[in-house]
Amino acid sequence: MALIEAAGIHVRFGDRVVLESIDLAVPEGEFHGLMGPNGAGKTTFFNVLTGRVKPSRGSIRLDGRDVTGLSSHRIAAHGVARSFQIMTLFDEFSARENVTVGLPAFRARGFDMRHAAANDSGFARSAMEILATVGLADKADIRARDLSYGDRRALEIAVALAQGPRVLCLDEPTSGLGSDGVQRLAALVGRLKGKLTIVAIEHDMEFLFALADRISVIHWGQVVARGTPHELQQNEWVKRSNLGRFA
Amino acid sequence: MTTSPQPSSDATRLVTPAMLVLWLVLATVPLWIARVGLYPYLGIEILIWSLYALAFNLVLGTAGLPSFGHGAYFGIGAYAFGLCQFNVVANLWVCLVAAFAVAGLAGALVALFISHRRGIYYAFMTIAFGQIFWTLAIKSHGITGGEDGLLKIARLPADFGVARFDLSDNVAFYYFVLVLFALAVVAMWRLTHSPYGRIVAAIKQSETRAAHLGYNVWLYKASIFTLSAAISGLAGGLFAMAQLAAFPDVMSLHQSGYVVMMTLVGGGLVSFWGPVVGVFVFLIARDVIGALTNAWMLYFGLLFIAIVLFRPEGIAGAVSAAFQKHSLIRRQGNSAMRLLFGGERWR
Ligand SMILES: Nc1ncnc2c1ncn2[C@@H]1O[C@H](COP(=O)(O)OP(=O)(O)OP(=O)(O)O)[C@@H](O)[C@H]1O
Ligand SMILES: [Mg+2]
Repeated sequence: MALIEAAGIHVRFGDRVVLESIDLAVPEGEFHGLMGPNGAGKTTFFNVLTGRVKPSRGSIRLDGRDVTGLSSHRIAAHGVARSFQIMTLFDEFSARENVTVGLPAFRARGFDMRHAAANDSGFARSAMEILATVGLADKADIRARDLSYGDRRALEIAVALAQGPRVLCLDEPTSGLGSDGVQRLAALVGRLKGKLTIVAIEHDMEFLFALADRISVIHWGQVVARGTPHELQQNEWVKRSNLGRFA
Repeated sequence: MTTSPQPSSDATRLVTPAMLVLWLVLATVPLWIARVGLYPYLGIEILIWSLYALAFNLVLGTAGLPSFGHGAYFGIGAYAFGLCQFNVVANLWVCLVAAFAVAGLAGALVALFISHRRGIYYAFMTIAFGQIFWTLAIKSHGITGGEDGLLKIARLPADFGVARFDLSDNVAFYYFVLVLFALAVVAMWRLTHSPYGRIVAAIKQSETRAAHLGYNVWLYKASIFTLSAAISGLAGGLFAMAQLAAFPDVMSLHQSGYVVMMTLVGGGLVSFWGPVVGVFVFLIARDVIGALTNAWMLYFGLLFIAIVLFRPEGIAGAVSAAFQKHSLIRRQGNSAMRLLFGGERWR
């Protein structure tokens, strides 16, 4: 059974239909790529998966359980984490504190008003471990807003990882990165692959075709093609739009 | 590259050196205040408004929520103290708890309606609710005494079982308020540095991210507003004791504006102590400049505009920026504009 399963997702803003009907089932441990032209509705689909946008039709199941229409904090608590296409960090907090706030153990103490947060070495230790996995261990005390662009992209992912998620949704993680940055990120995501279920929106075909187990192409609010990178190369739609040239 | 300050050990302390110094200085005030041409009652006012401004800053500074109708909760606390004394029981502790609880309840009620908002919409709704409470206070003549005020409120004695202190003397009352102020400062310092306080500060920076990390943003915004209203109410209860009466004008829009001005001038957006600095400057300016000219509010208003325009981090921010060479505090000060016009879009 799929860990996360979207069926017939339909979204409209006013009278503008953004998602016609999207089906997606991602089995546990799969790396599933999403691609499609600008404005195709990929981010909107993530917003539906993570409870930010309520679909007008369709359902989302997480591990067999219906989570359609739950608010984002509930879905996050069920183990769905996401990164953002437009970076969304706690800019005044240090990298470490950004990650700390993401820890489920910290969230469990969310209404503790009596103890100093900085007194808990357990949080600091967990946060440092996660920063180390994304290569930010030596920048833990730097304010998020003062980090370089590439480091901020890495911190985006670190904060999501801090949640210890079962499903990780990455929205264009390579966006704005130079080729070095993309390589570093590919290495990181490669290390995560298999350990958790990943759904990644990406315009960088090389990145996606190298890492994804399967890819869905979204266009006109629908999935127009789906398959392994190898299968997609044979796909008429992909060939026509010349998307498969990197595979 | 700028590094954030190491999590200073102050954050983990129950009582910081700054608190001790402040309390010690405040404890000497009755000894010299008359000699510098001021009067002991001013000391009481400063303490009460400092408590109020610190409570207010939980919402404005810590949570980044612009509340411009906070006078309502201060006023409700004052009325609750008086009404409890007249109609329930004339016991100091019960009446102070009533001031805290009734204002908290009013805050919770308002929080229900506004906590899904932020920025300018939030500000407008706090003003609207503030005006409603203010109007109610004026119109409910039979309960509140309307514009005449609720008079003859007594400074009930502080009964500790083993000892009983009469507070009718201004110096005794000053020390009583100072003790409550000190306790409230410890509690609010703790709160701001607790996991809860850090989450509220995170929500200020990005509601979106916090929600996707599993935090019920609405509940945090509603609870910090409620707490702030309750502590403002406690300050209001003390104010009723100070004035021996409760009047509706503390609930008016322009009096609500005072606490905003004090907090911003002092630097509440960047410093825990900012609101206290602002209260000192405001009340002393009122008395010193006010003795020279009726137009003291004009001068204070000009100072306010100058600070918002040129030093949005306020006095406390300017002072610490002078101590720390780097500019991060200055930049943080721009949050004055950001929180007015909505969090994330303005970065
Ligand atoms: N909240 C909203 N209200 C109205 N329209 C929206 C909203 N969110 C997205 N849209 C519209 O929906 C369409 C799809 O947007 P979306 O961000 O999902 O595209 P995308 O596939 O992620 O594009 P990109 O590759 O540029 O990131 C766009 O035309 C966008 O303007
Ligand atoms: Mg997008």
